[in-house]
Amino acid sequence: MEKLDNLLKKFPELSRDNLIPILQATQDEYGYLSEESIKRISLALKLPASKVYGLSTFYNQFRFSPPGKFHIRVCHGTTCHMNNAGLFLKEIQKILGIGDGETSRDGLFSLEVLSCIGACGQAPVISINGKFYDRLTKEKLKSVLLTYRNMEAV
Amino acid sequence: MEEIILNSETDVFLMQVVHLDKVEYTHSMESRLEYLRHDKVGRPLILVSMGTASQVAGSDATYAKICQYSEERNLDAEIIQSGSIGMSQAEPVVSIQMPGRTRLFFSNITEDRVGSLLDDVFHNTIPAEFCIGQLRNDKHEGYRDTLFLDETGFMKLQKRVVLKNTGIVNPESIEEYIARGGFKAFVKTIKHYSSEEICDMVENSGLRGRSGSGYPTGKKWKIAYHTSSDQKYLICNAEESDPGAFMDRAIMEGDPFLLLEGMAIAAYGITATKGIIYIRTEYYQSIKRLEHAISRAREIGILGHNILGSGFNFDIILRKGPGAFVCGEETALINSLEGKRGMPQSKPPYPATSGLHRKPTIINNVETLSNIPAIVGKGPDWFNSIGVENNAGTKVFAISGNIRFPGLIEVPFGMSLRSIVFDIAGGPPEGKKFKGIHMGGPAGSVIPVSLLDTPLTFESIKEIGSGIGSGGIIAMDEDTCILDMVKYFMDFMQRQSCGKCIPCREGTRRMTEILESITRKPVNDNGHTTLERFKGVMQLESLAAVMKDTSLCGLGQSAPNPVLSTLRHFREEYEEHIFDRKCRSNRCTELRTYFIDVELCTGCSLCAKKCPSDAIFGTPRHPYFVVEEKCIGCGLCYESCKFSAIHYK
Amino acid sequence: MVFTIEVNNRPIQARKGETILSALRRNGIQVPTLCNMKDYTPTGACRMCVVEIEGRENLTPSCSFQVEDWMKINTHSPRVLAARKTIVELLLSNHPDDCLYCERNGNCELQLLAENLNIRERRIPGKKSAYKNDKSSPAIVRDPAKCILCGRCVRVCEDSQAVACLDFTHRGSELIIASAMSKPINFSNCINCGQCVIVCPTGALTEKIQFEEISNALHDPEKILVAQYSPSISVSLAEEFGLKGTRDINGIINAALRKIGFNKVYESSFAADVNILEMAEEFLKRQEKGEGLPMITGDCPAWVKYAEQHTPDMLPFLTSVKSPQQITGTLIKTWISEKEKINPAAIYSVSIMPCTAKKFEGQRVEMTRKGISDIDTVLTTRELARLIRLHGIDIDLLEPEPSDDPMGGISSSGKLFGVSGGVMESLLRTIYYKHSGNELDETKLPKLRSFKPIREAQLKLGNTEISVVAVSGMNHAVKVLDEVRNKKKHYDIIEIMACPGGCVAGGGQPITKDENAIKNRIKALYEIDNREHIKTAHKNPQVIALYEDFLSEPMSKKSIELLHTTFTPREVIL
Ligand SMILES: Cc1cc2nc3c(=O)[nH]c(=O)nc-3n(C[C@H](O)[C@H](O)[C@H](O)COP(=O)(O)O)c2cc1C
Ligand code: SF4
Ligand code: SF4
Ligand code: SF4
Ligand code: SF4
Ligand code: SF4
Ligand code: FES
Ligand code: FES
Repeated sequence: MEKLDNLLKKFPELSRDNLIPILQATQDEYGYLSEESIKRISLALKLPASKVYGLSTFYNQFRFSPPGKFHIRVCHGTTCHMNNAGLFLKEIQKILGIGDGETSRDGLFSLEVLSCIGACGQAPVISINGKFYDRLTKEKLKSVLLTYRNMEAV
Repeated sequence: MEEIILNSETDVFLMQVVHLDKVEYTHSMESRLEYLRHDKVGRPLILVSMGTASQVAGSDATYAKICQYSEERNLDAEIIQSGSIGMSQAEPVVSIQMPGRTRLFFSNITEDRVGSLLDDVFHNTIPAEFCIGQLRNDKHEGYRDTLFLDETGFMKLQKRVVLKNTGIVNPESIEEYIARGGFKAFVKTIKHYSSEEICDMVENSGLRGRSGSGYPTGKKWKIAYHTSSDQKYLICNAEESDPGAFMDRAIMEGDPFLLLEGMAIAAYGITATKGIIYIRTEYYQSIKRLEHAISRAREIGILGHNILGSGFNFDIILRKGPGAFVCGEETALINSLEGKRGMPQSKPPYPATSGLHRKPTIINNVETLSNIPAIVGKGPDWFNSIGVENNAGTKVFAISGNIRFPGLIEVPFGMSLRSIVFDIAGGPPEGKKFKGIHMGGPAGSVIPVSLLDTPLTFESIKEIGSGIGSGGIIAMDEDTCILDMVKYFMDFMQRQSCGKCIPCREGTRRMTEILESITRKPVNDNGHTTLERFKGVMQLESLAAVMKDTSLCGLGQSAPNPVLSTLRHFREEYEEHIFDRKCRSNRCTELRTYFIDVELCTGCSLCAKKCPSDAIFGTPRHPYFVVEEKCIGCGLCYESCKFSAIHYK
Repeated sequence: MVFTIEVNNRPIQARKGETILSALRRNGIQVPTLCNMKDYTPTGACRMCVVEIEGRENLTPSCSFQVEDWMKINTHSPRVLAARKTIVELLLSNHPDDCLYCERNGNCELQLLAENLNIRERRIPGKKSAYKNDKSSPAIVRDPAKCILCGRCVRVCEDSQAVACLDFTHRGSELIIASAMSKPINFSNCINCGQCVIVCPTGALTEKIQFEEISNALHDPEKILVAQYSPSISVSLAEEFGLKGTRDINGIINAALRKIGFNKVYESSFAADVNILEMAEEFLKRQEKGEGLPMITGDCPAWVKYAEQHTPDMLPFLTSVKSPQQITGTLIKTWISEKEKINPAAIYSVSIMPCTAKKFEGQRVEMTRKGISDIDTVLTTRELARLIRLHGIDIDLLEPEPSDDPMGGISSSGKLFGVSGGVMESLLRTIYYKHSGNELDETKLPKLRSFKPIREAQLKLGNTEISVVAVSGMNHAVKVLDEVRNKKKHYDIIEIMACPGGCVAGGGQPITKDENAIKNRIKALYEIDNREHIKTAHKNPQVIALYEDFLSEPMSKKSIELLHTTFTPREVIL
């Protein structure tokens, strides 16, 4: 929690106005919001923990379990949907056995569904740890996932 | 060759420039400016389009490759990361300007094509298959047999006001922005006009909210201006979370200073001293560009305390929206800024009188604000002359879906939708029949081909039961199932509803379920369920009416739009799904009927084991068959068959 | 400014600045509401209160819209009625069809709306959210499946109780009320005050129902069943039976309890007198030593839990005297069992309280000696009403009976425990007497009877003047404590009750739409005080006998051992 304390020091004012930026910075630091972090933040901002928790669950960005080693973002925007993103999403969920916002049990993969990554021209698109894979097909998808899984094996 | 050196002296020079009128430039100033704005270049200039879409298409690698190429050959070229000119299909776009020549734009320059492209261009040959066109510039020799960019089909009918710089300038260079006339309008504002005059000017220009509200911007500003308060806020709404919309992103990535200038003028108009840009977290690139732009503007003295000695104070901070569509709604956005759940609140009071921290707050869309510098710079009459009566100026659209040239376009009001879709964006992919367009984001409406001659104005689009929305256009051809789209939008709304009010929270959910039941084949279907599903459609209409009538915010009020508009224009597709259990576009996989090709089936029995509905019968080692009545269309058999013996229709 | 508007084609008078709803209600036009709460800013969440205003495109929520002079309103047009009906149908589409098995059957706002809007079929079918109910707490049960997300509990818990245990979490169709980190409520910072139960329109929040648990004991011949009940239920129970006029029906309660099968029946106000004597002594001791001031009352278990969680720095100031419920419980299993030669283990002690937090207090580890707990089961007023019905007792036909000796004698001072300021009044009467030997003129402390949430008063004790405050509603209590902590205010004694108004408005009291109910309960208590002859704890002859017979004197070794307790800070997520 030392990192969190240092991070809190960077904010000129520990007011409710800064709650979201603080949570965002915390998640950038730790990858997720732990119970400890939420407690510490609500204490520092003199806010009830229920409010901090209630707020965090409202927004898509915040997660409450550590992300996997490989964080997969799937675009389910309109154009990607028209290009079968829905089916690919199901496929990914089937292969990895996780849903939106979840992390696989081996801690390898985590999944996040977005609406429009911003590359509709190349739909459907996913990104893994920031690297984009566009114009996806079922075969391409399977081989990409396999590559990452094998990456871990070696 | 004129060398451009950027140092503190340049900043002083720039400050001189912003205060002058064009006619007052001395010859040496003008020549220096020509270089700063890259009208002339002393060494080869290479721009790599680095918007998000380009990045997905691989522009990072392209950029790296160009740098490497240039280094290896000691090219002494200026390499710039720019925004996008808006041709999604062409990304990554690279443009090259050789000294003394016009600038050339090339499409689809992936990493592997960099070498040959640069080889060619540096040897004065133009690879025609990649060349989009050349940028018009009277001062230079053009290339023969090469279209000018503004003559291309994509650009010809466009009128670029807010997009005039995107993809062409270096978005990280305040020098280039100023050299191209930037911040002049702002300086004029604080030097020559009162706040009230600015509000008048904007009102007279006829500018209306570009987020789709169509509310007269000047009128809105005046409310805040006339509300006295010790503190007022200006918020730029850059949440843009409609899937399929990327107008605001393109502006922020390609020309961030334009937005800052617009905000500064707006703030002066409403006498606000604090500006906030509420931006989607996923817009990494825009955030980066804006952060840089804000810090440069502060350095040079365009933002901050006592700006240019005028006594006017204004600064801008960036706030990243943590991801909720509904936070585009004004009161939800304000709640989010105050560190609360982004749930909308009843209006009145409107933010213009009581917004952030209960202070007068003006919230404007990125595009709205980006129009301001031109309005002040060129005058309201100039702006009013673009477009048609009551609908002045231009509108930016992001067009995607089943279309030949998806991308970003800016057209004057009054143009017909058909021109936008067919003349500019090229219509549907070859050989496909066009169904219509979906306008206005997930809460928008579908406009069938028959209504495409409607001119683009807030009123006429409303008349045909739709709305311009923020500018997303999804084109749909025969491969797109209307019900599948509507279901997608409804599901999106259901997941994005804040849940505060009952009609929206429960209504979107029930409507999604009804649409799901229509696009699915129930097990052991009998006559009754068809009736039930038909009743479901009747429900849709009555639910939609109540949701529109009673929901608290725009999200719930507009969520039924896709359903209502398609029920009106595509009722036959609904009926097909319900009565014939058929999807003409073959998108509703669960309505498919599967059958087994007796020639190919080896009788391995795998499919029969997989079928969850026991719809496949047969004896091992003889061809199996599917009982159509029992098949629920899950497709598991299709996937399991090792001999590709299963087909669907 | 008053102006005329047109409602349903008739003119009505409206006042500038008020909401449409308030104008309608004042003119006798009823519009249904769900999320609206008196004295809270409207949120406009439920949309039940919509009306049609000529010239406005959509329907308008009357609770959150100011009335204006140009308005022509239709409150019950077909369009409005259809909208309201659809809204309720939408709620029902995600609601368990559980009325027959529901706590609130017959007293549920949703049920009533469905009835009034004539909903007779399930028009909108659909998947229901699958939620489990949370039975972790000894006091409060939450059943999210029945929650209609009106947000009233959230507002009460935060604004009135300063606990903010609950908030909306997640979004859209996953929206659900939960405590921090979605913890079971027993592991949250809930103080069990039950105010959320009182405001909840449905069965989503209820007390932990235990009235059936006692039936085994009732039919066990080995067990001696003993009941005690608080004075503030004797002025509210009548409401549950629709009896006209709020009055003290303790005699009838005695009779009913005996009919049910209780062997002995006491009113806790006897122990309240004991509590006063002990507290008075403790105060004088603290004052003499000049430490431990302000002394803060600890009768309210919700406040006590709040202190242990939120303000542990205040724990040393709490009086160590147990609450009347626990004193009664202790005395039953010590004094009375000794006196009447009953094995304490054979006693089954039931307490009937206006309070959900008392269920929690009964379970505190500090409240058990040698494996025998002071209290076995705590019931609320509402549960008692059902117990009476369950046993087929017609309370109209009961004749009042006295409580059992030796704890049957009461003073009106103990009765006052039910209302905010009442403990203080009683305490000051005894302190004054102990200090001066004279009785306090009862007209001296009218300030403690104002209906304000914070009631300050001063009293001369010889040469010194002591300054006291009685506060109810945790939000106000927090303010008072802050002022004390920051030395902005000085008090010698602070009385804190968690529920706004005191235990008459406790979380276990009848849930009623009658806005005057609480005022009437308070009035009834004050009337008893006017009527009773013995008005002070120290004059209660049976209390005097208790000390002579058993405890010797206040704060004696024995009383400290039996009637005083301790508090420890609690770690919960705040
Ligand atoms: C559900 C909902 C989502 C919205 N999302 C956006 C958005 O992403 N961007 C935006 O500029 N306006 C959005 N708006 C509109 C804003 O509430 C507001 O009207 C707008 O920012 C005003 O700007 P303008 O006057 O410049 O059009 C949304 C409105 C609603 C009801
Ligand atoms: S209409 Fe939907 S998004 Fe808007 S307040 Fe109601 S529930 Fe929230
Ligand atoms: S909460 Fe009301 S409507 Fe729901 S089951 Fe209980 S009594 Fe019935
Ligand atoms: S019982 Fe009291 S503290 Fe607990 S949730 Fe309800 S209102 Fe809040
Ligand atoms: S628990 Fe009750 S009071 Fe709270 S939101 Fe649900 S229905 Fe309303
Ligand atoms: S004020 Fe009374 S009813 Fe309320 S919690 Fe405290 S003791 Fe219980
Ligand atoms: S919809 Fe997927 S990138 Fe836009
Ligand atoms: S009572 Fe008016 S919206 Fe709920």
